Amino acid sequence: MSETTRSLASRPWSVLRSWDAAVLVGLALVVLVGAAAVDGVGTPRFWRFVILEIIPIALIALPMTLVIITGEIDLSVASVLGLTCTVFGQLWASGVTSLPILVLVCLLLGAVLGAVNGLFVTGFGLPSLAVTIGTLALYRGLASVVLGNRAVADYPPEWTSGAIRAIPRTTVPWAVLVLGALAVVFGVVLHATPIGRGVYAMGNNADAARFSGVAVRRTKFWIFVVTGTMSALAGVFWTLRFASARADTGLGLELAVVAAVLLGGVSIFGGRGGLVGVIAAVGLLATLRNTLQLASVPANTLTVITGSLLIVSVVGPNVAGLIRVRLRRRRSISAPPPSAAG
Amino acid sequence: MRAGSRNARVAVLAALAALTLATTACAESGGGGGTTPTAGAGTTIKEGLKITFLPKQVNNPYFDTSDNKGGKVAVGEFKGVYAQTGPSEAGASAQVSYINTASQQNVDVLVVSANDKDAICGALNEARQGGTKVVTYDSDTNPSCRDLFINQATSEGIAKSQIKLISEAIGADGGEIAILSATANATNQNAWIEMMKTELAKPENAKLKLVATVYGDDDDQKSFTEAQGLLAKYPNLKGIISPTTVGVAAAARYLSGSTYKGKVQLTGLGTPNQMRAFVKDGTCKAFALWNPADLGYLAAYAGGALASGIITGKEGDKFKAGKLGEFTVGANATVLLGDPFTFNASNIDQFDF
Repeated sequence: MSETTRSLASRPWSVLRSWDAAVLVGLALVVLVGAAAVDGVGTPRFWRFVILEIIPIALIALPMTLVIITGEIDLSVASVLGLTCTVFGQLWASGVTSLPILVLVCLLLGAVLGAVNGLFVTGFGLPSLAVTIGTLALYRGLASVVLGNRAVADYPPEWTSGAIRAIPRTTVPWAVLVLGALAVVFGVVLHATPIGRGVYAMGNNADAARFSGVAVRRTKFWIFVVTGTMSALAGVFWTLRFASARADTGLGLELAVVAAVLLGGVSIFGGRGGLVGVIAAVGLLATLRNTLQLASVPANTLTVITGSLLIVSVVGPNVAGLIRVRLRRRRSISAPPPSAAG
Repeated sequence: MRAGSRNARVAVLAALAALTLATTACAESGGGGGTTPTAGAGTTIKEGLKITFLPKQVNNPYFDTSDNKGGKVAVGEFKGVYAQTGPSEAGASAQVSYINTASQQNVDVLVVSANDKDAICGALNEARQGGTKVVTYDSDTNPSCRDLFINQATSEGIAKSQIKLISEAIGADGGEIAILSATANATNQNAWIEMMKTELAKPENAKLKLVATVYGDDDDQKSFTEAQGLLAKYPNLKGIISPTTVGVAAAARYLSGSTYKGKVQLTGLGTPNQMRAFVKDGTCKAFALWNPADLGYLAAYAGGALASGIITGKEGDKFKAGKLGEFTVGANATVLLGDPFTFNASNIDQFDF
């Protein structure tokens, strides 16, 4: 475990580890097989739909990667998204017509909701699983308080079509540029800064990390705040993309996010994983889903496949790790002993 | 031994990978089909039209009947290519990716029951720009996002029949009633509930008092629990209206196993197969519904007529819908199936859906 951390710190390129490569190969396979066998896969229009589906999931998966690497989890993200949507809708319905103000209020709200999670986890030392299951219900409940059973859907068309507008002369939604920039920021922080090294260290052994000077509680707190904020950003995008704010928006999305992060090779026990794999996994899941849908695979089969992939993602990296250890051991046995001490 | 368990894990992994690949491979044969229709006469539906049904959710007996026993039959009659697709749960925006898929497949007609009248609008319009005709049935979208809506019954007709049935069941003394609805956001449910309130405000219904509206989310267990909760909270409750097939069946199951059976009246919109036992044991005297198979059948014919250029969706357009006869497009590009039908102990055995 600590070996992984050390190698990551000393060799940034090792971000591209074997599981990341496997997920990337999987993605390439889905695209190649899909394009050859299913009508419509791989067309510009196909990618447009896939990317629109990826954006909200990826926006939340970025901070979720950090959360899970520290050994915590945040299951309240979809409820934060839902509550943000309803607040956005309610504010619009009650006369706030400035988009920048709406976005700013929503992001601040997300930060506060994340801070509540962070406070319970780091301040009171409660397990994040329990805390965020609680806030999952609480924030969704608040969303119902805000909008009840109403839907707010009368946003200006320039907002809603603006959110999904394509980059000129392509079919790619411009919002993907925002996602790309954020992905770079998260990637740099996680893989090339002392903060990132601290994140891995506390995921491997929180006590050891604390004794070696990592601000475990403070870092975790801020990661929860960032997760809330990013979920809120995803909520704003969701509201404008679907031109609809309702209390049940994004119900169950947390599972899609966690599935993508785990499939991306992040260990559910913390301490291992990276952003390249996670982004590839978000892409893989969305591409696979859209490909299978185009091939007229029924929804039930899709659920089975997504579930199987999740199992693979939990089992896979462990098996890969075990195989690697075993190969190394075999090699060291077959090689001549380096010294008399061996 | 540890090596053995490791090998087993690798085997599981390989098996799962194989499963995924196998499913993908199976799926390949599912695509294709659907030849470009040849130009037909102005009054007959073209052959080979690709008609895809997108219900609120698959695995729902109501939509199984409307799509697979109604729509499919109609599409077969005019020699089109039928398909049904859709999400496995009725989430607000879950339908969007299925609409996108249909528009990439260039289907000729998409027949949709909307989970969220706003959230799927953009996707539907994108499909229409690609030449797909959009017909909504069961639950409408914003009228600007579809070519035609097949209305199973008017909200007024449904509300009237529901109030009439509960009033007849309770008797002249009246009393407290409650509504057990589906999801709080369902377009059709909310329209019916509003009309029922209007109906209740009339002097002839003055003795009926609506005390609560609860939501079972079209989930059997939640509906069951909500029905239980209603009776616990309102001891004087005389009747429950559940205008949703899942809700009325769950409420009937609860009432028939409780001491309230026959004392608290139940009506709603249900299917004969789900309600047969409860009509016979006296839990429910009568309930209403249109025939969902007819609804799907009519929607398919309407879509075929649109895609063949027989109608455009403007008021007064006429088209023939096989065994159901001729229909006329009404205001707001709406076609009305007819009045709701009342099922009771004397006629329920004539129906099987």
